[in-house]
Amino acid sequence: MYDFTYQKPASLPDAVKALGTEDAKALAGGMTFIPVLKQRLNKPSVVVDLAKLGLTGITVTGDTVTIGAMTTHETVANSAEVKRAIPGLADLAANIGDKEVRHRGTIGGSLANNDPSACYPSALLALGGTVKTDRRTISADDYFQGMFTTALEPDEVITEVSFPIPQKAAYAKFRNPASRYAMVGVFVAKGPKGVRVAITGAGQNGVFRHAGLEAALAANWSADACKGVSTPADGLNSDIHASAEYRAHLIGVMAGRAVTAAG
Amino acid sequence: MDAAFEGIGASVRRKEDLRFISGRGNYTDDINRPHQMHAFIKRSDRPHARIVRIDTAAAKAAPGVVAVFTGADLAAIGGLPCGWQIHSKDGTPMVEPKHPVLAEGKVRHVGDPIAVVIAETRQQAKDAAELLDIELADLPSIAGVTDAVAPSAPLVHDEAAGNQCYDWHIGDKDAVDAAFAQAAHVVKLDLTNNRLVPNAMEPRAALGDFDPSTGDYTLFTTSQNPHVIRLLMGAFVLGLPEHKLRVVAPDVGGGFGSKIYHYAEEAIVTWAAGQVKRPVKWTAERNESFVSDAHGRDHVSTAEMALDPQGKFLALRVHTLCNMGAYLSTFAPAVPTYLYATLLAGTYTTPAIYVEVKAVFTNTVPVDAYRGAGRPEATFLLERLVDTIAHDTGLDRVEIRRRNFIPRDAFPYQTPVALQYDSGDYVATLETALKAADWAGFPARRAAAAAKGRLRGIGISTYLEACGIAPSAVVGSLGARAGLYEVANIRVHPTGSVSVFTGTHSHGQGHETTLAQLVCDQLGVALKDVDVVHGDTARIPFGMGTYGSRSLAVGGSAMVKAMDKIIAKGKKIAAHLLEASADDIEFKDGKFTVAGTDKVKTLGEVALTAYVPHNYPIDEIEPGLDETAFYDPKNFTYPGGCHVCEVEIDPETGVTRVVNFTAVDDVGRVVNPMIVEGQVQGGVAQGIGQALLENAVYDKDGQLLSGSFMDYTMPRADDLPNFTVATENTMCTHNPLGSKGCGEVGAIGSPPAVINAVVDALRDYGVRHLDMPASPQKIWSIINAGRLPVAAE
Amino acid sequence: MPQVTLTVNGKSASVEVEARTLLVELLRESLRLTGTHVGCDTSQCGACVVHVDGKSVKSCTMLAVQADGCSVTTIEGLAAADGTLHPMQEMFREHHALQCGFCTPGMVMSAIDLVKSNPQGLTEEEIRHGLEGNLCRCTGYHNIVKAIAAAAPLMNATPAE
Repeated sequence: MYDFTYQKPASLPDAVKALGTEDAKALAGGMTFIPVLKQRLNKPSVVVDLAKLGLTGITVTGDTVTIGAMTTHETVANSAEVKRAIPGLADLAANIGDKEVRHRGTIGGSLANNDPSACYPSALLALGGTVKTDRRTISADDYFQGMFTTALEPDEVITEVSFPIPQKAAYAKFRNPASRYAMVGVFVAKGPKGVRVAITGAGQNGVFRHAGLEAALAANWSADACKGVSTPADGLNSDIHASAEYRAHLIGVMAGRAVTAAG
Repeated sequence: MDAAFEGIGASVRRKEDLRFISGRGNYTDDINRPHQMHAFIKRSDRPHARIVRIDTAAAKAAPGVVAVFTGADLAAIGGLPCGWQIHSKDGTPMVEPKHPVLAEGKVRHVGDPIAVVIAETRQQAKDAAELLDIELADLPSIAGVTDAVAPSAPLVHDEAAGNQCYDWHIGDKDAVDAAFAQAAHVVKLDLTNNRLVPNAMEPRAALGDFDPSTGDYTLFTTSQNPHVIRLLMGAFVLGLPEHKLRVVAPDVGGGFGSKIYHYAEEAIVTWAAGQVKRPVKWTAERNESFVSDAHGRDHVSTAEMALDPQGKFLALRVHTLCNMGAYLSTFAPAVPTYLYATLLAGTYTTPAIYVEVKAVFTNTVPVDAYRGAGRPEATFLLERLVDTIAHDTGLDRVEIRRRNFIPRDAFPYQTPVALQYDSGDYVATLETALKAADWAGFPARRAAAAAKGRLRGIGISTYLEACGIAPSAVVGSLGARAGLYEVANIRVHPTGSVSVFTGTHSHGQGHETTLAQLVCDQLGVALKDVDVVHGDTARIPFGMGTYGSRSLAVGGSAMVKAMDKIIAKGKKIAAHLLEASADDIEFKDGKFTVAGTDKVKTLGEVALTAYVPHNYPIDEIEPGLDETAFYDPKNFTYPGGCHVCEVEIDPETGVTRVVNFTAVDDVGRVVNPMIVEGQVQGGVAQGIGQALLENAVYDKDGQLLSGSFMDYTMPRADDLPNFTVATENTMCTHNPLGSKGCGEVGAIGSPPAVINAVVDALRDYGVRHLDMPASPQKIWSIINAGRLPVAAE
Repeated sequence: MPQVTLTVNGKSASVEVEARTLLVELLRESLRLTGTHVGCDTSQCGACVVHVDGKSVKSCTMLAVQADGCSVTTIEGLAAADGTLHPMQEMFREHHALQCGFCTPGMVMSAIDLVKSNPQGLTEEEIRHGLEGNLCRCTGYHNIVKAIAAAAPLMNATPAE
């Protein structure tokens, strides 16, 4: 990796200021960012470590789960409150990467990076959550803008992520056999905003909502309802592990499994 | 012996483990020398290109950089040698293009080394490498063997017309043609043996050192055979005599064949250390391993079997195209010929066999032996063909095998493809495996799986392999440029403890335990009093190293011979001490006894006398108790066995899970059953990996698409089942231990068992054959294609 | 260059490193603790797993500067001062759960975390799933799974490390 200046600010304003430097990059858990640096695919001037900003913790109110941006996947997975409020979200966190990744990786880092095969983006989009930053609140529908692209400004820091508590929700993932990232991940949710289905791992532009599945599940919340919905292969990724057609097929299968898991 | 039994047959715990579980292993990258520098190798990112220009000025001026070398700087040294020469059908020798240490004029595969930057730190070397100004002009390229032999294919080497390295054959073509002409049935199968990346967990590393005061060079390297590296690098590349070059292969983190070969980086760091007069270390990053370690397999074949009306095999005809990659790796030409074609009799009495093998160059990483080396390819072809015969003729899969097995009383058995098998009992391994796997109970399990919506299949493979490599005269006549004996030095110390110096090398096999057990057994010494030393040309007389499941059968036999000499000399000393004739001395359990008396001297007493020869027959024998033996095997060894695999397929996703795997192998005499089971388990895991998961995928131009663990599917714990492993042994008849070898059987027998099970699971979808890996996508495609017409009806 | 102060295997260490230095590089190159290995560059093989503040992490995917102020345990720090092996080390030897030994340090560190975070016990399937972040090319995992299953009750019976 290229060398850089390392900063670990103790306050949010200091972090935002540091990120204002040209080619500065934020470091959360580093589970994607550090491998990218190791491959010399990114050459930051300054790396701003967000670990000392106090952005951790989980709070659950009557209708919302709020998770600090630097909360690790492991913490979310093991949180009794999250398990009670949105078990599908805890389950998603419990199956991101491997144990070592879950010990370091954070929800804010995952959403800020918006890797097209990351798990969390599908939860945020399907649950209709919001991303709170140092300066504003962004709804899920406005947040994702294509793979590795979000509404965040270069110096903007996610502080917390909120999820409205759904009636039912679950995530089902088909792992890439090699990398174990989501080759197809489907998050289904039935809640205050109706039925929402978000797909990760499959789309050329990153996470997306699936209108066909949403309509079918709104009419009939059952795994069987997913079987009648076909997904066009256009716009889906194709690689040595899965053609677009295979991914399109897996979307239906994983949606059905997610619905079954959601109950 | 008073302690627990530690000799041949005891599952003693491994002596080497304490250092490994404590983090005190000593792998090459763990070694650091004073004033050491670091090398980074700039590699080609193009599959085929002309090197127009290399400007090293900016890199040389970068912080910490001590030197930058390119092919032009190394032009005076030799290319990397090939250790085996094959002759084509027409008698011409194979085309053997120069394999430069650093590319000269052209790059021929992604990963081909172009330049080396040597700097104070690894990062500085890598930083500076980005400042190398290299201009490459792309040339047309090819990656696949069928593309390489097309008439208009671009040439990898100008001297290799049609990209052909050799066009070789074995067997009696006329007899085969005649048998086909009269056959009741002919069954034909086209199949591919997928290309694999060995991926030992320890990336390759090399550390070169040079002492200007003596002119001595030392190379620490991740090698399975340090003496071979010393010979090849010293004599053919750098022109260094053996006494000025020491090669050390310390703890090595797995090899599976990929660390047999002499690699460019070894020559680079050794040569560079001499140039800059400081130690130079290079350690591969995994992405470099993918494009610089020799790959394995990569065959495209057509197989045809002629049968009589009862399903007896009359003749086998095979045509194989095999990929050599861009250059010939050390043993590459031997793999698809003498380690493959000669194995195509398998366990069967097929009377006539004819095999043609065409080896071709492509713009890919060199291909060489990977665990099993040729024998997995032969076994996959044969065992898939046998199941396809069952499919096409309606005969039972097991019954066909029984009808064609070489009977147990037919040994020694001469095959029509050169080998003479010494022993085996294929019915016994089959019966044991069928019972252990509950073959008879499978229909109920299939029905139970079907009730859950799963497709369950069972598959069998009965295989034979040749290992214990190898009789020197035989391999010499077949083109080997080396002997393949092994060397052991047994040093009984003055107080009776023993050091074994072996020319084999352990990189996971547990030699420090297994070979020590031979000493416990033969000399009656406690395991704690025996140490096995390996991997250092300065300490071990000579050796050919470890591959081809040879360490026990050949290296262990050398130890037996050396210990025979120890005992013979010890008897003379004991006879002197006990005032008896040497002919009357018996040796057992570490004691020399005068036959029929209670007069006894222990090995320790005899050893002490040998080193303190005050009362000693000094006119008849020399002091000391230290013997060396070179053992050259009389034949290959022939392990065989039966593997049974049971899979369940999720028809919605195409995911296959191995739910049961049973391996019953005949490995000859077993010294440490625990270690043998571990070897088989590991081999089976690699075989299941080949069958279901692993695939080195190049695009048609030669870019490696599966160049990291992100894309190359390594078997993980949750991809694999528990294994049922057993042995059913017949003894090797021609070595003193009776051992055959166990390192490769798992990887040889298992792939066709897995695919046969997958094909069985998919039998309702009209599947006749499926190439490896049987990935979820591939299986889903089959199921999906099968399902559409059904849905349309 | 940044100064990193951390506790490694109970001993305090203070090292000046480039900001880009990985934790594994600090351990292997600055502290010469070479028991922690590097087997890949994509954070997948797990040969580099150590414990940071009691949790298993991949030391090839953490900057040394991120470990400032942390307590790190490596394979070298597992055995007791008198040399008594950790039960996981002991069971790896007993069950022949290692061959070449290269993945072993990371595998052992990962396995200890797995058992510690599942005091209720682990099924074979849970052990296999829990090893998702560790690759072994030699053993086929069969004996690793056995060793972890055998170590779990021993670890739960003895005080935490």
